[in-house]
Amino acid sequence: MDVLRIATAGSVDDGKSTLIGRLLYETNSITTDRLEAIEKASQRKGIDFLDLSLLTDGLIAEREQGITIDVAHIYFNTPKRKFIIADSPGHVEYTRNMVTGASKADVSIILIDARNGIVEQTHRHFYISNLLRTPQVIVCVNKMDLVQYSQDVFNTIKQQFEVMAARLSKSNQSIQFIPVSSLHGDNLTKVSAQLSWYSGKPLLETLETLPVRESIQHKPFRLPIQYVIRPRNESHHDFRGYAGRIASGVLQEGDEIVALPSGRKSKVAKIYQHDVVLSKAKARQSVTITLEDDIDISRGDTMVKTAEKPLLVNEFTAAICWLNHVPLVPGKSYLLQHGTQVSKAKVQLIQYVEDPASLMRIESASTLKMNDLGKVQIRVAKPFAPDTYESNAAHGAFILIDEHSNTTVAVGFIE
Amino acid sequence: MSDYLKEFPRDLEDEAIYILREAAAQFERPCILFSGGKDSITLVRLAQKAFYPGKIPFPLVHIDTGHNFIETIHFRDWLVKEVGLDLIVGYVQDDIDAGNVTEESGKFSSRNALQTATLLRTIEQNKFDACLGGARRDEEKARAKERIFSVRDDFGQWNAKNQRPELFDFLNGRIQPGENVRVFPISNWTELDVWNYIKEERLAIPSIYFSHQREVIEREGVLWPYSNFIYKDVDEKIENRQVRFRTVGDMSCTAALPSPAATLDAIIEEIIGTTISERGTRLDDKRSEAAMELRKANGYF
Repeated sequence: MDVLRIATAGSVDDGKSTLIGRLLYETNSITTDRLEAIEKASQRKGIDFLDLSLLTDGLIAEREQGITIDVAHIYFNTPKRKFIIADSPGHVEYTRNMVTGASKADVSIILIDARNGIVEQTHRHFYISNLLRTPQVIVCVNKMDLVQYSQDVFNTIKQQFEVMAARLSKSNQSIQFIPVSSLHGDNLTKVSAQLSWYSGKPLLETLETLPVRESIQHKPFRLPIQYVIRPRNESHHDFRGYAGRIASGVLQEGDEIVALPSGRKSKVAKIYQHDVVLSKAKARQSVTITLEDDIDISRGDTMVKTAEKPLLVNEFTAAICWLNHVPLVPGKSYLLQHGTQVSKAKVQLIQYVEDPASLMRIESASTLKMNDLGKVQIRVAKPFAPDTYESNAAHGAFILIDEHSNTTVAVGFIE
Repeated sequence: MSDYLKEFPRDLEDEAIYILREAAAQFERPCILFSGGKDSITLVRLAQKAFYPGKIPFPLVHIDTGHNFIETIHFRDWLVKEVGLDLIVGYVQDDIDAGNVTEESGKFSSRNALQTATLLRTIEQNKFDACLGGARRDEEKARAKERIFSVRDDFGQWNAKNQRPELFDFLNGRIQPGENVRVFPISNWTELDVWNYIKEERLAIPSIYFSHQREVIEREGVLWPYSNFIYKDVDEKIENRQVRFRTVGDMSCTAALPSPAATLDAIIEEIIGTTISERGTRLDDKRSEAAMELRKANGYF
């Protein structure tokens, strides 16, 4: 069974929690005691409907303020696949949480209130899904019941969205539009009689049939080495295995490989998936590789195929999102983590900071503050061999870590 | 019907193994927190796979409340021998004797909350910089918000509002001396995923997960396993019932479930059909809506 990772973002008012709550309810994914707990909590808050946001707003502060602050993870199954929803808040001050929630997503669901059409938040949500190159975007035009299920309203919003999308850089993203009413359950799990003019699939069926990350197997082979396994026991005296999770591509026994950055070459002797020997392994599998020659490879190195060798770089351009309340200091030394490699790095130059809604660029920016999105030039102390995010997302992103606070302060996408 | 619910998504195993290897590589002294429950048993199996043919590079740590199901302790000792692991036990009784904590009293008393002090002491004494645990995000809504690498300050506290962002597969375990990271390799698994995995991998589990006869006291609709550790009112009756346990904590905080399920298949069917959530049988979570978040803020697992 495969797993589809979904990102949702939005505030309480646009019906996001109701939509998720409905999906769970109609796929029998909420248990009675959880429903009863929500019912009681809703009554305590003095509201007369079932406040399904209480299901996902897990923190005291979130329930106090009636807002989503942090990413929540929600799980459900249908006969077709397992779903993991990463649900993030939608307001501008939580842009970093949205980027975090969406980073692993196969599909991003963007909710639009049919009465309001495209608003500032919509711009930001789409900007982020475009930046992350989330393979699929589903635009749910919600609250169709409040606009008399009007096809004209839906079509107008769809056109406006397409105009907005055209302003951003082109990607291979597919964008679909679905009219729904999460309050009444129209077009979520069942087709709706009220929306007979809509010929597409309802939301759940759409989610069940989207392709999942197939493409990363067709990308070049990249294996960031996590750990070297050397048991030194009697039965495996000379065993030396390089363990890691394949980021992209496929590997076969006998393939010629190169370790980067050293450039040392060898051939694959065996591919272990724990105690099972595989003849072939593919992206996302955690494996242990043994080689025909004893060459020096350690954590932080990347194993690639000789024929698909990326270039070593020490200076590059990247889009970044700043995640920390302490702003970026250009020229300061940070740690850059890419795959399992860590190197000291400096932001040499800020090209611009961009507003995701208006797409206005500030080219004279001297820093990036929390939630800012921009483009920078970075220099690293140790050369490394990334792909561009555009060509191979699984090996084209990095994080920046503050050396003193140890926290993750930025995420970047290599260009 | 529902056969689709009996398949284990292998992607989750690959993810968990990735997390275990990151923990081994990024920390100097990691350990596995072992409760004897199905989730920590799953973790041990995943660790065996992650480092095969090498030995698991962490010891097991058990925080012993003294109110254990004896079956769990037997199982723990058997597993340690079978897999060839080191076991470190932290006793809650030691902290009670030392006056670090005071035992709760009354009808609903439990040593569950006292475990935190023992856990923090055990971490400090052994200088563990990371503790791996079998907590899952689907268990409880505060857990749904927690990171895979969850940093705790030098008082063991979780700051829910100021967590490190976790993007893509990047795990950042850098910490200051005294700080500690809780690592959750099976964060994205559900209860059913764990049971399907146990079945596919043919893992041994303690017998109390299967249906058996047991003395219980029914109190406010909840079946409390009767033992010397629990308080009994004079008018409360001890009954013999056919039950099993869905989660395994200590005896004073884990409710029994009336159930005829005596095999893994029967348990899986039962969970597919249930209308009660897993932690619905945990008396420690019923204390308030925010019970879990508050305990975590204090250093609880």
